[in-house]
Amino acid sequence: MNKPFATRGVIIWALFVTRTKEFYRDRGALLWSLLLPICIVTAIAIAFSGKGQELFRVGVYLPAPEAAAIEAQQPLLAKPYVQRIDYDNLGQALERVRHHQLDLLLAADQPGKYWINETSVKGKAVEALLLGQLAADDAGHWSRQLVSGRQVRYVDWVIPGVLGMNVMFGALFGIGFVIVRYRKNGVLKRLQVTPVTPLEFLTAQVLSRLLVMMVTATLVYIGCDLFLNFVMLGSYLTLLLVAALGIFAMITLALIIASRTASEELANGLLNFAAFPMLLLSEVWFSLDNAPAWLKVVSQCFPLTHMVQAARDIMIEGAGLVDVTYHLLVMALMSVVFLVIAAYLFRWNER
Amino acid sequence: MQPILEVRHLRKEFAQLTAVNDISFQIQPGTCFGLLGPNGAGKTTTIEMIEGLTEPTSGEILYQGKPRDPRFRLEAGIQFQSTSVMEKLSVGEVVGLFHSLYHKRTDLQQLVELCGLGSLMKQRATRLSGGQKQRLMFALALINDPQIVFLDEPTTGLDPQSRRNLWDLIERIKGQGKTVLLTTHYMDEAEILCDTLVIVDRGAIIAEGSPRSLLKQHFDHFYVCLDREDFKAHLNHWPEPLVTVNDRVEIQSHSVETTLRQLQQHNINLQSLRVRNPTLEDLFLKLTGHSLRE
Repeated sequence: MNKPFATRGVIIWALFVTRTKEFYRDRGALLWSLLLPICIVTAIAIAFSGKGQELFRVGVYLPAPEAAAIEAQQPLLAKPYVQRIDYDNLGQALERVRHHQLDLLLAADQPGKYWINETSVKGKAVEALLLGQLAADDAGHWSRQLVSGRQVRYVDWVIPGVLGMNVMFGALFGIGFVIVRYRKNGVLKRLQVTPVTPLEFLTAQVLSRLLVMMVTATLVYIGCDLFLNFVMLGSYLTLLLVAALGIFAMITLALIIASRTASEELANGLLNFAAFPMLLLSEVWFSLDNAPAWLKVVSQCFPLTHMVQAARDIMIEGAGLVDVTYHLLVMALMSVVFLVIAAYLFRWNER
Repeated sequence: MQPILEVRHLRKEFAQLTAVNDISFQIQPGTCFGLLGPNGAGKTTTIEMIEGLTEPTSGEILYQGKPRDPRFRLEAGIQFQSTSVMEKLSVGEVVGLFHSLYHKRTDLQQLVELCGLGSLMKQRATRLSGGQKQRLMFALALINDPQIVFLDEPTTGLDPQSRRNLWDLIERIKGQGKTVLLTTHYMDEAEILCDTLVIVDRGAIIAEGSPRSLLKQHFDHFYVCLDREDFKAHLNHWPEPLVTVNDRVEIQSHSVETTLRQLQQHNINLQSLRVRNPTLEDLFLKLTGHSLRE
């Protein structure tokens, strides 16, 4: 049917307004979507505040594996209260020092140099240990390299993950359940016999949910920041872009799940089937740095992974638009693929 | 006159059963056409095939002499047996939403007045009573000022007053020249509203015509009814054919005067006497051997 563009716009707008009204009139759901993430983040902040790690964490930059002989010249690394972590990338290791995740860094190819963070008390302490066990004249050969950076607490690291998890649930269940309910109680059947096309209907649903999730995510972000004053080094605009694309990708994933069924039970199962792998493998709660390679590959297939990684890079490393382009492109590609599949599978009716 | 809608040899087979088995009919513009039959006769399947919701297994559906095109969806108004509207919206918002989906549409003020929704506009659409909800659904079916209106069991489950109210509405849109296709399993509804009707049973048409001509064609008698208790002694040797329904006896009488005279001669208590015309219910029973509401 050749429909004027303006008519399409009117239809999409009318459905968009309707859906958005339905959402904000559901006061319970609205309140819950705001309070739950703030509660989670507060609980995390309380759980991880107070005492720090007992160990000193010393990083060793090894440009090549055979350089491991550094132990012989550095007895500090053999001490039981020191945890040694090897890096093959100096930049990454320095980043850890900057965020207080490493107390001191040595480099196998640059004997006599060490890096500490000037604001880290533990860094100063482990420096004293390093120098204290050397003879006075030897100590003179060591040169201190300073790295500066605000301490990144676990809560700073986990915030992008928790916010990402929150929008993931909101995007998946928010869109999935609504469409399945519409199909179950006949709203879709009623719309099917109007001039509304599936594309117009789905566009309105996606836009409404995108708006709702962007607004709630922003409110939750502000709410968490009031409590925790977490690290945010990058640009808010870039962060918003990452959030919008990430939410969009997860909404389109939910559209596939909701494309045919009229059973809320089945939809619930399928939505959880999509949500839980992401919850565990998208680095929401813990880093996959030490995970097997295949798990990292699997993790890259989830939109949430890219959203959380990009948000984390922006927030705690100050990454710019260019630095997160890869993640943005992957999320955009996923959205297009999901959308095409969803449009192909979509049926108004169950049969 | 060219029929506004015509179906030819319509058939729908599901995995286990043939729901519609070779149904054909024509609907003249401006008339009310009824599909009368018991639950499970294939009425809803038929109407949903015409509406474009279900693909027929075979057969043809012509709107104004041509296969249905996108124009059909714009010119048809549809009310389903059971659909719901969006939650959390007022009646006014629901009506407004559907109004904005159409380019050619009816005047909202008049529609609201016609369907008696004026006092309900601010009420949540999901909190309406059965009759109010059907009036809202009826309004949605009329919102695009349709040429042809499809009503699937419009009064099922309504109280008597709401039913009359809806009949009145249907009469009024007939008065506006709209064509109505209606399914029902109430014979009184079909008798009152329909100009033409087909009686369907088990997916096939078993009779077709106006209610009056159908009754005239199949019956030349009246029913004289009495309590079974009063008539007990004569059950087995009465000159006219009779049936017992629950605790009543119905005598098929070709002449009420003759029957009454005979009853008086036998000194039968006439306090429970009632005389009635045959109905579509009787016709259905006669044609199928089973009742409409089983």
